[in-house]
Amino acid sequence: MTSGLWEHWVLPGIWITIQLTIYSAALATVVAFGVGMARTHRLWIVRFVAGVYTEIFRGTSALVLMFWIFFVLPQIAGWSLVPMWAAVLALGLSYGAYGAEIVRGALNAVAPAQREAGVALSFTPWQRMRLILLPQAVPEMIPPFSNLLIELLKGTALVSLLGIGDVSFAAYLVRLATTESAEIYSLTLVIYFVIAFVLTRGMRALERKTKAGIGQRPAAGNGIMGSKLNMRQTTDVSKVPASSGGGGA
Amino acid sequence: MITTAASTWDWSAVGDFMPHFWDGLLVTLQALVLGSLISFSLGLVWALAFRAPTRFVRWPVGLVTEFIRNTPLLVQLFFLYFVLPDWGIQFSALTTGVVAIGLHYSTYTAQVYRAGIEAVPAGQWEAARALSLSYRKTWTAVILPQAIRRVVPALGNYVVAMLKDTPLLAGIGVLELLQRSRLEAAQTFQYTEALTVVGVAFIVISYTASLLLRSLERRLVH
Repeated sequence: MTSGLWEHWVLPGIWITIQLTIYSAALATVVAFGVGMARTHRLWIVRFVAGVYTEIFRGTSALVLMFWIFFVLPQIAGWSLVPMWAAVLALGLSYGAYGAEIVRGALNAVAPAQREAGVALSFTPWQRMRLILLPQAVPEMIPPFSNLLIELLKGTALVSLLGIGDVSFAAYLVRLATTESAEIYSLTLVIYFVIAFVLTRGMRALERKTKAGIGQRPAAGNGIMGSKLNMRQTTDVSKVPASSGGGGA
Repeated sequence: MITTAASTWDWSAVGDFMPHFWDGLLVTLQALVLGSLISFSLGLVWALAFRAPTRFVRWPVGLVTEFIRNTPLLVQLFFLYFVLPDWGIQFSALTTGVVAIGLHYSTYTAQVYRAGIEAVPAGQWEAARALSLSYRKTWTAVILPQAIRRVVPALGNYVVAMLKDTPLLAGIGVLELLQRSRLEAAQTFQYTEALTVVGVAFIVISYTASLLLRSLERRLVH
């Protein structure tokens, strides 16, 4: 591979992949907390609408959704999105739906007495959420969010099929230019692995920080990769609910 | 002729697409079934290798599965599609896709099996030892039957996840649902109908599957 290809395609591609991950993760976080909290709302209609949202966006394939937003939405709405934002919208909405399940699960896992104590102190529902439930639920959300973030990072590779110049698309172009498929695709895989590694470590630090806030420590790492990547391991089968969810791309 | 904002829904376009839809669904399900079989069996191999007596097996297997699990399926798909022929292995696009999906998800199912194996009480191992069962017999007659029963719902989740990843095969030209809808749209310039039909089909299939899984979970685990 020549330095020109590296400078003009691969490096900007890495940057676009990182940008896509950050923007989509931001949107997904907003969606996850919004929908997840709505699923614990006292009005059934709010819970129902939020439930329909999660089932639809977890049920569909992220790639099909991306094509749909890219090709069909402009025809229905009469306006079209820049490819980058169509991709962010698709990734954010679908991974946000997975995240909503995490938020809901963590909120439900807070001891009921905590909520009752909030009622007894005549906190408003929003005060209970902000001051009692979320501070205890958020640290529990971080390990599954960490998994989801890696799934999201892997999902960003889909945008290359829309012609967005991320690192997968750069790999495709470099392969066409050099015909050295093995080299460039191995390199691309390593790039994704390194980004995933950094993200996992970052989330682990975040978990330590938020757990320290409520006087806890993260569970000790075990397994082959020690404390490095084993955050992504499902350790308790009974905690895995049947869902239309699961891994992303 | 230029048609402005084809925002109306055209049922005849849906009708024209449906024969292709069923053909595509067949390919999608084919990829799903074969991919699931590969991931279930390969995942079990990885899970057993995690518990191998020597670390010279445990560490490389752990590293390779972590690597596969943390990198995108799409790039792995292209890797297999473009690199295998260079190594003299000629697969059809569908076979490549099936292998890629199976390999990728085997690293997930391996973790599921691992958790299932760890959930078997230590007393079962000790009982097998007390009865002086062989190594092979301990696994096949005592540990695995109990472990696998517990993990069936979790494995089912990954079948649904695999279903939603089959559209990636369109990237290497496999004529599954998404690729059929793209071809149809390219011919008729009507993107709305074909893509929407495929999108709705995925929601319906995966939602139905998740309902089935929930009832299966109730029967097997509790």
